[in-house]
Amino acid sequence: MTAPMLASGPHTHTRFTVSRTMLTVSVALAPATLFGLYQFGWPAIFLFLVTVISAWVFEVACLWIAGKPIGPFARDGSAILTGWLVAMTLPPYAPWWVGMLGAGIAIIIAKHMFGGLGQNLFNPAMVARAMLLVALPVHMTTWVPPVGILDGPDIWQALAITFAGSQEYDVVSSASTLSHMKSQLGAGATMSEIMPGLADLEARMIGLVPGSLGETSTGLLLLGGLLLVGMRIITPVIPLAVLGTIAGLAALTSFVAPDRYAPPILHLTAGSTMLCAFFIATDYVTSPVTAAGKLIYGVAIGALVFVIRTWGAFPEGVAFAVLLMNACTPLIETYVRPRVFGRTRTGKPLPVKKSKSPRGEKK
Amino acid sequence: MTLPSIASLLRPSQYFTVRGGVHPETRKNLSSESAIEDMPIPSLLRIPLQQHIGAEAEPMVKRDDHVLKGQLIGKARGPVSANIHAPTSGRVIAVGHFAAPHPSALPVPTITIRPDGEDTWGPRLPRLRPENATPEEIAAQVAEAGIVGMGGATFPAAVKLNLRARYDLHTLVINGAECEPYLTCDDRLMRERAEDIYDGIGIMARALGVRQIVVAIESNKPQAIAAMQQFDRALGIPSRVQVVPTQYPMGSEKHLVKTITGRETPARALTADLGVVVHNAGTAHAVHLAVRYGEPLISRVVTVSGRGVKRPANVRVLIGTPVAEVLEHCGGLVEDPDRLLLGGPMMGQPIQNRRVPVVKGTSGILALTAAETPDRDTMPCIRCGRCAQGCPVGLTPFELNARIQSGDLEGAVKIGLLDCLTCGCCSFACPSNIPLVQTIHYAKGKLAEEEGRRHQQEEAKRLAAARKAREEAAAEAKRQMMAKRKAEMAAKKKREAEAAARAASAETPPDQAPTSQPQTAQAESTRDGGATQ
Amino acid sequence: MIEAAASMSALGLGLGLLLGVAARRFHVETPPIIDEIDGILPGTNCGACGYPGCRGLAEAMAEGTAPVTACTPGGRDVALQLAEIVDPGGDGDAALSDMADEEPHVAFIFEDHCTGCMKCFKRCPTDAIIGANKQIHTVIVDACIGCDACVEVCPTEAIVIRAKPRTLKSWYWEKPQPKFGAGAEEYPA
Repeated sequence: MTAPMLASGPHTHTRFTVSRTMLTVSVALAPATLFGLYQFGWPAIFLFLVTVISAWVFEVACLWIAGKPIGPFARDGSAILTGWLVAMTLPPYAPWWVGMLGAGIAIIIAKHMFGGLGQNLFNPAMVARAMLLVALPVHMTTWVPPVGILDGPDIWQALAITFAGSQEYDVVSSASTLSHMKSQLGAGATMSEIMPGLADLEARMIGLVPGSLGETSTGLLLLGGLLLVGMRIITPVIPLAVLGTIAGLAALTSFVAPDRYAPPILHLTAGSTMLCAFFIATDYVTSPVTAAGKLIYGVAIGALVFVIRTWGAFPEGVAFAVLLMNACTPLIETYVRPRVFGRTRTGKPLPVKKSKSPRGEKK
Repeated sequence: MTLPSIASLLRPSQYFTVRGGVHPETRKNLSSESAIEDMPIPSLLRIPLQQHIGAEAEPMVKRDDHVLKGQLIGKARGPVSANIHAPTSGRVIAVGHFAAPHPSALPVPTITIRPDGEDTWGPRLPRLRPENATPEEIAAQVAEAGIVGMGGATFPAAVKLNLRARYDLHTLVINGAECEPYLTCDDRLMRERAEDIYDGIGIMARALGVRQIVVAIESNKPQAIAAMQQFDRALGIPSRVQVVPTQYPMGSEKHLVKTITGRETPARALTADLGVVVHNAGTAHAVHLAVRYGEPLISRVVTVSGRGVKRPANVRVLIGTPVAEVLEHCGGLVEDPDRLLLGGPMMGQPIQNRRVPVVKGTSGILALTAAETPDRDTMPCIRCGRCAQGCPVGLTPFELNARIQSGDLEGAVKIGLLDCLTCGCCSFACPSNIPLVQTIHYAKGKLAEEEGRRHQQEEAKRLAAARKAREEAAAEAKRQMMAKRKAEMAAKKKREAEAAARAASAETPPDQAPTSQPQTAQAESTRDGGATQ
Repeated sequence: MIEAAASMSALGLGLGLLLGVAARRFHVETPPIIDEIDGILPGTNCGACGYPGCRGLAEAMAEGTAPVTACTPGGRDVALQLAEIVDPGGDGDAALSDMADEEPHVAFIFEDHCTGCMKCFKRCPTDAIIGANKQIHTVIVDACIGCDACVEVCPTEAIVIRAKPRTLKSWYWEKPQPKFGAGAEEYPA
């Protein structure tokens, strides 16, 4: 007979575990990813596989070097998710080494150098994206139109594109919504002149526009995000704050100067707004824990995204906005704390008031 | 549907719950349909002298004494303590130490009784007519019966009934929330003994002098709610049943008061500061028995449940019955349990020794299989914030954990360690399965220990100073004595000289020299006087 | 060239002289820390440290010949306070952290061996031993500082120093050591 275990309570537990959480996030990401892979065809599929697999291999290697237990961490799914998110932000026809480099930056530099799971200060996927964007501006901004897996390059051509850097397959290079808008505005065009040249709202919702591998389908990302909220994996505070702030600022500026600034709906459906709001900014490790902290964090990210897009040098500012706010998270955490039961915000006990008889119950 | 129940549906507190909290699987259906059964008298009863918060009771019997059912065997010591009575008639076979029903299994003073099987009642307490009794008489009767809070806190009930002297009380809240999963003893008691409980509630309300009574029951106990709703008045005091949301920890006193009255009890204050007193439904039943029938608290309803038990049940068990015999009564165990608990799965205490007794605060005996208990593997914190979302007090347990693990107890106190209820919501919700609550228990214990040690050091300093002062006084006395003696010697010498001088003239014998007897006696008495300080 | 060297040398010499004079002139007598140390020590003069009384230890500590952890009855708190005013030196820090996990100790008298000689009673610095002549003595656990003084004087070796017994009130859950994964090596979060 084995003696019953002696450990402090509670002796019952929620069904949520780390790997279950990671699995749910993966499920929520799946529709947009599958759609992106279908739209951009075989090169995208190869790039995706390379990125995810190398992220996992890097994870195992780092665990081994650090002398940490490999089993539980390799199975928790966090490395695969990180690789997945990195792949989502890459241009679909990028060569294999870009994906591997991104995964390496995310896992080795952004995650394990800070101490591994739960210890990283910055969002690994966004660190990778920002570093790649700065180091490889050409590779990271070469967009292709989504033609579907059947009309795109076949497997052999795709292998050549991803693994040999072949230019043989005639890629019709095209611009993403935000970069097109930025260059046109820079050239002095007004919004009313630019708008007809952009994909319409429906195409942006479904994902029939050029862009990063997994960011094009606003509608499917929104669906996945709602699933996360519904499954209580994330609270809706950060997504609402990010989206609300972007939309609010865009509405304000486009109302003041409609020709110079893009309308809110364009901001919400272009670039990686949706991916950021639901999947990137809500990363547990790098965002504040309390609701008030989350609100501040989300609003600031939304504002930074808008500012960088509108007045910055880059057409898309999500990575920088998120990284900047990641750096502020410990600060927010220190100053924004929940009120303790029976105490005021400053931590003093509530004043003891003379008890009154309840209203209407007096005899 | 009657009008009052519609009105109660509209009460906002039913929908707006307290902040935080979790919704564990209740698994109450394992035992909720088994009616309360009486367990036969066990072969042996081990009754610890401390089953309550406060000072340990003083044993009133010795080995080989014959005791009768209801006889006082442990007398309350000090203002916060409780009487202990013999649960049945029999022979006292030991007054010594036995393992406590506690994870540490440390030996505690225990009276062991071998029942004679006759179950002969001794003289009962005088019955009271609560309609005519004064509040003081009721409180005294409750104290005499050794009644403690039956919800698990085991605070002597009479102390709480005497609060009217110091606070302006207006509401008595009866805690029938029973928010711990698995437990159904209060649920069954309210279903089966609603009238008795209501009588007990009325008696307590009279003793407290409150103007209204609220019976709070979680919404997952519709039958108990229906049974209790038959009464709207207890001993002439208006009363209502309020349905509260099913949410853990709804049964926490301060959170229940917040849910019902909307008012938050300040930190380190009592609900009595708001004019509210909370008592458990089981306590009300015990009060009814004590006041109407003069029966002391010698048995209680215990939920025996968990998937490791063959026949989950609600059993009325004599205080002191070994856990093993209760389990046997319920068909024994299906398999070796992963954890054997006294109390609920959220705040209950695990035990290893099955021979430990059921005590006044034991609300459940749970044998949980591995499938029901958390995994033992933990992962690092991923800062998901579920612990902070679940915390009913508004703490950030992950930060507490980090600070305690790095040895920064003062830092943990700064962010609210001492406000923690150790309700278990954070550990329950943690996806990484981090033992947050145990860390917090450790930190609280460690802090108390350090505090104790500091106190002891000051005490040691004081004692040493006292000793030094005493020694100096003794030395001083000795010096004085010496000086006196010297003076005497000198005087004697002088006398002798004079005598010698006189002897020169006339021969006379010299005086006897004074002994040193008085001096040592005085030194001893100073020392004894100091030692008894 | 020579001018530069000369002027620099002169400047150096002058300033050095100034510094030297200032150091002499404004020399501050370091306050004797013996009293300060003595104030922190328990003052029980129990002799557990091996020095003649608390004052003796304070003097040794001020000279640097006794470690800050020398006072065992004072325990970790006293050692930490002392470490703030006295340099713990070499492996003092390690000794301090070792001290952290030390359990408090108290004296225990085996009643079978006690002859009631009153020797320990007279020696106890905190009056933690009660008893009378020819009566078995006993230790008041809460007042005992575990200093060893009584053990030394007991003629029948009836006294031992042992870990302070735990009670339900002083018991608490031990600090969990999270293990990541089954059988994984320990590795705190």
